[in-house]
Amino acid sequence: MTALPQATDKRLGLVIDLDTCVGCQACVTACKGWNDAGIGLSDQNPYGVDPSGTFLNRVHSYQVSVPEGPAQVVTFPRSCLHCDNAPCVTVCPTGASYKRAEDGIVLVNEDACIGCGLCAWACPYGARELDTAQGVMKKCTLCVDRIYNDHLPEEDREPACVRTCPTNARHFGDFADPESKVSRLVADRGGYDLMPGMGTQPTNKYLPPRAKGPGNASPLAPLLDVQATGIAGWLDRMLGKI
Amino acid sequence: MHPAPSVILFSTLSGLGFGFLGFLGWGALAPAGWAAFFLWGLGYGLAVAGLMASTFHLGNPRNALKAFSQWRTSWLSREAWASVVTLSLLAPVALSGIFGLGLPRLVGQAGGALALLTVFTTAMIYTQIKAVPRWHHWLTPVMFLSFAVAGGATLSGRPWAPLALLAVGAVLLAVWRVGDGAFGKAAQTLGTATGLDAMGVPSVLDPAHTAGNYLKREMIFVVGRKHAAKLRRIALGLASVLPALILLLPLGVWGIALAAVLHLAGALAARWLFFAEAEHVVGLYYGARG
Repeated sequence: MTALPQATDKRLGLVIDLDTCVGCQACVTACKGWNDAGIGLSDQNPYGVDPSGTFLNRVHSYQVSVPEGPAQVVTFPRSCLHCDNAPCVTVCPTGASYKRAEDGIVLVNEDACIGCGLCAWACPYGARELDTAQGVMKKCTLCVDRIYNDHLPEEDREPACVRTCPTNARHFGDFADPESKVSRLVADRGGYDLMPGMGTQPTNKYLPPRAKGPGNASPLAPLLDVQATGIAGWLDRMLGKI
Repeated sequence: MHPAPSVILFSTLSGLGFGFLGFLGWGALAPAGWAAFFLWGLGYGLAVAGLMASTFHLGNPRNALKAFSQWRTSWLSREAWASVVTLSLLAPVALSGIFGLGLPRLVGQAGGALALLTVFTTAMIYTQIKAVPRWHHWLTPVMFLSFAVAGGATLSGRPWAPLALLAVGAVLLAVWRVGDGAFGKAAQTLGTATGLDAMGVPSVLDPAHTAGNYLKREMIFVVGRKHAAKLRRIALGLASVLPALILLLPLGVWGIALAAVLHLAGALAARWLFFAEAEHVVGLYYGARG
């Protein structure tokens, strides 16, 4: 049944730090690489004039006009948020779309998917993309085939995007545990939900960029205030008086 | 939203078909012999053609039978059940009409009520989607049901059919008026979509990908919106005003046929707009308002 579980034992998900993300797209590539080898993520005309493909993770970049100081650039990774109240699950007519009671991961059983696309319509975040070659829906699996995989070294038992991130902007953990790394990050840094008004109750949280601005002047600033001496100093003083 | 021909044909044809089957089942029109064969055939033809069209929207139709499994949560699954139960329940009623078997009217009336319930479930597939604010309103099922009732009343030659057609026009005007403000009312912006409104006003600097993808093709449809005002007048005239006027003329069966064809054309235009004008909140991430 595509009814949502009342509660899940664990609430596995990601914290994405918008302060440290540099938009290098390594998570996009790592995700594509791992999942293409696993569930398959097809591309259409990848080396042609109008390339298109299925991705589970996309990195946008935005310019934010702030009240004071120059505009700031924020790079913004977007993928499935594994919502507690996932609208993509309940709309599914076949039961292919489901949320696991044990760890809260939202998955697609491709053997039951009819490719109607209704779950992608129901998702406010654009987290689901239909694979046009396979005709079934694709979404982030939280690398369920890595995180429980005893054949991998322990440090690799986390989602490919987290494992690869060179700036540690992505963190994986259990939000049901208040002492977990992700829970503490959210508490310390003010982690928030995307589009809370949609009522989806996302598991994944985003950490806001830290405040930057005129207050953080360069440590080299005092050195820039060079006082002229000698003839140049005399000229400076004389010209200043005219 | 992408106005896929398969989905537009599905919802308009099956809506008209189930509307007409509802009237036939209810006994508003009680044809016999060959007349019954052709009229029931028309109702079944429209409904089944619509349902067939919907399968062209599926990426993986092999699993279509599994769509009956999730009726407890999914409106699409409920729609599958409602349509199959309606068509099965009305089949003996149709045969009874054709061969004069005298089946109790109660069966037909139950089937007639289920036909309208089927149209309601179709509408709820769209109404339930909160991420498309224009659809997420009680006027959506009202519109689908008004089309089914007016179409069915027209085809079955009810004297009040012109009024039902004019009611469709009134509902369309209300749908457009409310729909135009729906996205604003949902109060979702790039700021809420990214949470960056806490720090300032965000705008798109660089797209996440330079070429198209499923999301942009399916949910961020922008072609043709500039003709929306013209299409609305066409839809209103064809679906409501013109067929209502034609039914008032003493044209007999030909008048009904002409009115029904015009009404269907108008319904197709209105349904095209229903998709093309609907904006999905995911468009915000791409700097589009849908």
